[in-house]
Amino acid sequence: MLDGITAETLARAQFAFTISFHIIFPAFSIGLASFLAVLNALYLWTKDETYLILFTHWKKIFAVAFGMGVVSGIVMSYQFGTNWSVFSDKTGPVLGPLMAYEVLSAFFLEAGFLGIMLFGRRRVGPGLHMFATTMVAIGTLMSATWILSVNSWMQTPAGFAMNAQGQFIPVDWWKIVFNPSFPYRLVHMVLAAYLTVAFVVGGVAGWHLLKDRTNPATRRMFSMAMWMAVIVTPIQILAGDQHGLNTLKYQPAKVAAMEGHYSIKGDNQPLALFGIPDSAAGELKYPIEIPYLGSLILTHTWNEQIKPLDAFPREDWPPVPIVFFSFRIMVAIGFAMLGVGLWSLWGRIRGRLFKDRWLHRATILMGPSGFVAVLAGWITTEVGRQPYTVYGLLRTSDSLAPVAAPAVAASLLAFIVVYFFVFGVGTFYILRMMGKAPGTPKLGLRDGPVRAAGISSVPPRNANLPQTDQ
Amino acid sequence: MEIELSFIWAGIIAFAVLTYVILDGFDLGIGILFPTGHSEQERDVMMNSVAPVWDGNETWLVLGGGGLFAVFPLAYAVVMPALYMPIILMLLALVFRGVAFEYRWRTKRWKPVWDFAFTGGSIMAAFMQGIALGALVQGIKIADRAYAGGWWDWLTPFSVLTGIAVVVGYSLLGATWLILKTEGALQERMQRYAWHLAILTLVFIGIISLLTPFKDPVYFQRWFNLPGSLYSSFVPLLLILTTWQLFAGLRARNDFRPFFASLSLFVVSFIGIGISFYPHIVPPSLTIRDAAAPDASLAFALVGTVILVPLILAYTAYAYWVFRGKVDASEGYH
Repeated sequence: MLDGITAETLARAQFAFTISFHIIFPAFSIGLASFLAVLNALYLWTKDETYLILFTHWKKIFAVAFGMGVVSGIVMSYQFGTNWSVFSDKTGPVLGPLMAYEVLSAFFLEAGFLGIMLFGRRRVGPGLHMFATTMVAIGTLMSATWILSVNSWMQTPAGFAMNAQGQFIPVDWWKIVFNPSFPYRLVHMVLAAYLTVAFVVGGVAGWHLLKDRTNPATRRMFSMAMWMAVIVTPIQILAGDQHGLNTLKYQPAKVAAMEGHYSIKGDNQPLALFGIPDSAAGELKYPIEIPYLGSLILTHTWNEQIKPLDAFPREDWPPVPIVFFSFRIMVAIGFAMLGVGLWSLWGRIRGRLFKDRWLHRATILMGPSGFVAVLAGWITTEVGRQPYTVYGLLRTSDSLAPVAAPAVAASLLAFIVVYFFVFGVGTFYILRMMGKAPGTPKLGLRDGPVRAAGISSVPPRNANLPQTDQ
Repeated sequence: MEIELSFIWAGIIAFAVLTYVILDGFDLGIGILFPTGHSEQERDVMMNSVAPVWDGNETWLVLGGGGLFAVFPLAYAVVMPALYMPIILMLLALVFRGVAFEYRWRTKRWKPVWDFAFTGGSIMAAFMQGIALGALVQGIKIADRAYAGGWWDWLTPFSVLTGIAVVVGYSLLGATWLILKTEGALQERMQRYAWHLAILTLVFIGIISLLTPFKDPVYFQRWFNLPGSLYSSFVPLLLILTTWQLFAGLRARNDFRPFFASLSLFVVSFIGIGISFYPHIVPPSLTIRDAAAPDASLAFALVGTVILVPLILAYTAYAYWVFRGKVDASEGYH
């Protein structure tokens, strides 16, 4: 059954699978934690109950998503050792302390204040509750900062030396933490998380607007989400462009793969909108190209070309088709987001923001787009880093734990079954909660009594009332 | 000075693991005892008693793993493949039990499923942690900076024994936590369970303490050779003191004493294991010093740890303080 499938392939599949599932939740909770902090602050500032209704509504969704993020994250912190122990031994002295800082400065902050944020408003009062909510939001951002520093170091290692045991050892922590690709990646990812949540909130609001355009909470969240879409998307496209140029400088083979640029042809570099990369033949088949645009975007000149794949030894190529397609998916979603943002701005100017049913339908369609874009972006950068774990220095094949293929296959299978089951059900619960209009007192079984943490807007508890699941 | 950093770190990692064991110990214990709740309401109270703190508790497990990766990368790289299966099973079990906290409020039809996931996940996680402990005590074969044993080395009668012992011990922590946090019939029942669980836990501690010195001549030396054993004899004395506290607290029907005595039982056992292991981090051959990352890594991580861990302890204590007192079933404190 495992003929021809190596332990390395299985371990890579397992890491790809568990990290892909995991990244969905942080992307959601980074954005949502900031959104919740803003909602709570606006409520305290304006005393407008609409903000409290929204806070209470999204808080419950946050709690479920956060729980899923915690448990899938614990798995990640052990995956390095179980499946990539040689990588862990070699990079531990450099990357380990950064991860320790993530745990100490971010995870504990989130976990420590989450209980108070979710359940403690009445117990600690509005001031401390706001403080706790802010700490949770800061915790998610700190976590992003450290883990992106770790990932960026694997992409663009700096500030280290090697010791006799073949370990990377730290020389300059400043250079390690602020390695060349880190600032770009951090900005790009945090904005991606914000956009992801903006479009989730916008999609949920669009869904409810189709049914009832008078609910003030629905209108408020739709408006907020569309402001985010129109303001943040252009910034994100700019950040992505800058990130791409940084990658071109430090990981040119990755960019060549993203562009399907196998060899120098003609006197300028066209931008391939589409095509089928054929690495065996070393060319992009059936390309649809815009001449000169590739040169313009990548080199900021009229006819210079970037270093093509055939300038690199073949064993150093990343898997080109995956990188090529995932990059295009991400970029296409980015421009679709921009389109929806501009559409909403046009609607807002004409006073049709809450009336344009096609806009609402479009936002529903775009609701999950942020997740797809985040996954596609990560696939681009991670697969593009192959065949290395530490770019240019440590090959993936040399990073593997001495675990036999059947053991890796068994655990991979277990992860697939469990994750699809557990997180599938969780997603279902989240969607069901989102399906209720904000201000609905109960989002689930006995939800009113158990989760009610509001001050005055929450209906009185009646535990004996017959409950329905819907 | 330079060599001492690794020992400071061994102490910090030991502290993180111990903190994890006693904190997640009682909330895993709640999961293990969960089916003994007689009514829906009792089970709600049991779960609500840990709902605001469980993920903070579990973060110590991440610190244990992440910290090991940071400061003892070689130990991390050896132990994880050696304990591959118990660790993966523990992680999957924690997934089930962690999501149950939220999921069971979100459905009616599937509530029994998540109740089962909560209990099953808690038992499995506790059992696998015990197995991992037993496997470590037995020792892990290392050659050329990598695990050199087989895939089933972790599974022995001894490790199964430690696995069961941890399940029983966590139940004791859970029962005494519920004595502290609940009242009425549930508290009465936990009071009764705590007696039985305390006796069982002590029996397991006794058996394991007797077997451990024979697992490795080094352990034997540590415990039974004069004059060295004079230093380690304070452990059995502490154990006796703690046991007395536990039973006296239960007899007096005190809310606090049984819980803190049970925690102390774990602390004392942990110190005992530490004495057996020292100066190894992974018995029988990997020492603390050999496994340590370079001083530059240890020092950098230490700066943050010295500042942040006291802060963490302070706001964790604050969170416990906010949710202090009995869980009021009618309030639905959430």
